Amino acid sequence: MKIIVAIKQVPTRDSQLRVDGAGKWIQEADLTFEINEPDAYALEEALQLKEKHGGEVIALCLGPGRAAQTIREALAKGADRAIHIEEEHLTGLDTLSIASLLSAAVKTENPDLILTGLQSDDFGYGQTGVVMAEILGIPHATIIMQVESIDGSIRVKRELEDGWFQYMTIPAPALLTIQSGINKLRYATLMGIKKAKTKEIKHLTKSDFAAAPAAASTLDKVYMPQRTKQAVIFQGDPKVTAAQLVEKLKFEVRVI
Amino acid sequence: MSSVLVVMELQGGGKWHRMSWEALACGVELGKQLGLPVEAAIVGNGLADLAAEAATKNIARVYKVEHTLLETYTADAFTSAVEQLVKQTSPAIVLFPHTYQVRDFAPKVATRFGRVLVSDVVSVRVASGAITYVRQLFQGKMSADFHVTGSGPSFASIQAGAFRADSLTDGSATVVDFAPVLEPSAIRVKVEAPFRESSRAVDLTAAEIIVSVGRGIKEKDNIHIVEELARVMGGELAASRPICDAGWLPMERQVGSSGQTVSPKVYMAIGISGAIQHLVGMKGSKAIVAINKDENAPIFEVADYGIIGDLFEVIPALVAEVKKAKGI
Repeated sequence: MKIIVAIKQVPTRDSQLRVDGAGKWIQEADLTFEINEPDAYALEEALQLKEKHGGEVIALCLGPGRAAQTIREALAKGADRAIHIEEEHLTGLDTLSIASLLSAAVKTENPDLILTGLQSDDFGYGQTGVVMAEILGIPHATIIMQVESIDGSIRVKRELEDGWFQYMTIPAPALLTIQSGINKLRYATLMGIKKAKTKEIKHLTKSDFAAAPAAASTLDKVYMPQRTKQAVIFQGDPKVTAAQLVEKLKFEVRVI
Repeated sequence: MSSVLVVMELQGGGKWHRMSWEALACGVELGKQLGLPVEAAIVGNGLADLAAEAATKNIARVYKVEHTLLETYTADAFTSAVEQLVKQTSPAIVLFPHTYQVRDFAPKVATRFGRVLVSDVVSVRVASGAITYVRQLFQGKMSADFHVTGSGPSFASIQAGAFRADSLTDGSATVVDFAPVLEPSAIRVKVEAPFRESSRAVDLTAAEIIVSVGRGIKEKDNIHIVEELARVMGGELAASRPICDAGWLPMERQVGSSGQTVSPKVYMAIGISGAIQHLVGMKGSKAIVAINKDENAPIFEVADYGIIGDLFEVIPALVAEVKKAKGI
């Protein structure tokens, strides 16, 4: 089975974010980056499917030069090769353009299965995978919690809202968006890190593809959220703040 | 004809998804500001009663989009049905509630028109006929303004709680039948009946006090620190999704869009940053306490009381203070 897994590099979870000078994005200079968390689970699922059914795992990443680090980590964990579509300014692309570029790179590979994380931690559109499936003309299933492969078609467990689930069967080739927690993430081994250095990374840019569709949406401005509700905030010595909170819990919330 | 079209969602058993009404409220607000009529669409089969109910709202039309192949949701059938409706009615704006189901098919619909779905919208602004859609970025740590460019209908999905369903007023809309052309062969997936995992041993919805732990706890061996607080408070222990994903607490203790929705007397969020998926499960709590070291964590936006500090210092101090107050 040939599996392509689309991964994205995003700022680490505990990053202190600040708006950049132009107010169009965040200051990236002093941030550290990592693989988007749901994508890490998608990669792990691809690796486990390959271990069970054989085949090849290709990591596909659209992102700036710094994303090379995340790609190398995917290779170290066990992806066989990678495709890096280098693009410095992702904020200038909308989901349709991003999905079009990723789909164009996928097309020449003819995979049996495409996996993506269900959403990115930065933009959080949660639709790149679905739009890719539509562009590629293949069926998709979203928010997948379990993948069972059966000959020619794939049975998956899909998460619905409020603790409900559903099984569905989907013919290959297909695209699945993977939910965090579907599996247990592995660490790269020393051997894996060594091997990754010899693995192929194909470098592409926008100009390698037919023109992407014109932008259909534009990001105008990024800013810190305005608080609508004003919390009573305590800060300082833990003992003092704990006592202040307990007083509120006792006399205002009345739960103590 | 130019309109605001709101595609409403049903849950199993012919019931409304409550976010449908919030999306409709957003549609009515936009219709008022843009001077456009508002239309609702319901997609399924056997919808007469539901269409009649939607028609009691102050909107122009309710499209009853019916077909036997729409009885059970599939992305293929719903995409095609909504695509046909949009083609025929040419709305200026198409709105959806931002549900799991909408995430599964609405991006496909938008793509068929060469458009983008502006997903997970938390508010909208209209200035001289132009719409600004506000979305959250970085799990709620940042906000961003977007606008839709080019021609054709614009598509957006509206986050839970962004608009008030009770802002809708009474009226009498015309119910219009719309029969999409669908072929069984065009539905590529086979779906099985929805189910719930073994019955929940823990019913968080009944708890008056919930002490909930998130990523800030760092490792499984630290969970007991928060468990102790839950114990002295006399509350139930709960968690955000990453904690259950990691297997540190069972899934049945998860609060959020994929877990339980709770509204206790007090909800204490410990080391939970407050991603929207978590907030939708607990923001109806009577009082919310947030303890987090990041003063910009979005959890503080919904909190009534907060401590900015290291939970590993604050929680033991809090346990001691609660014990003192309770005399235990």
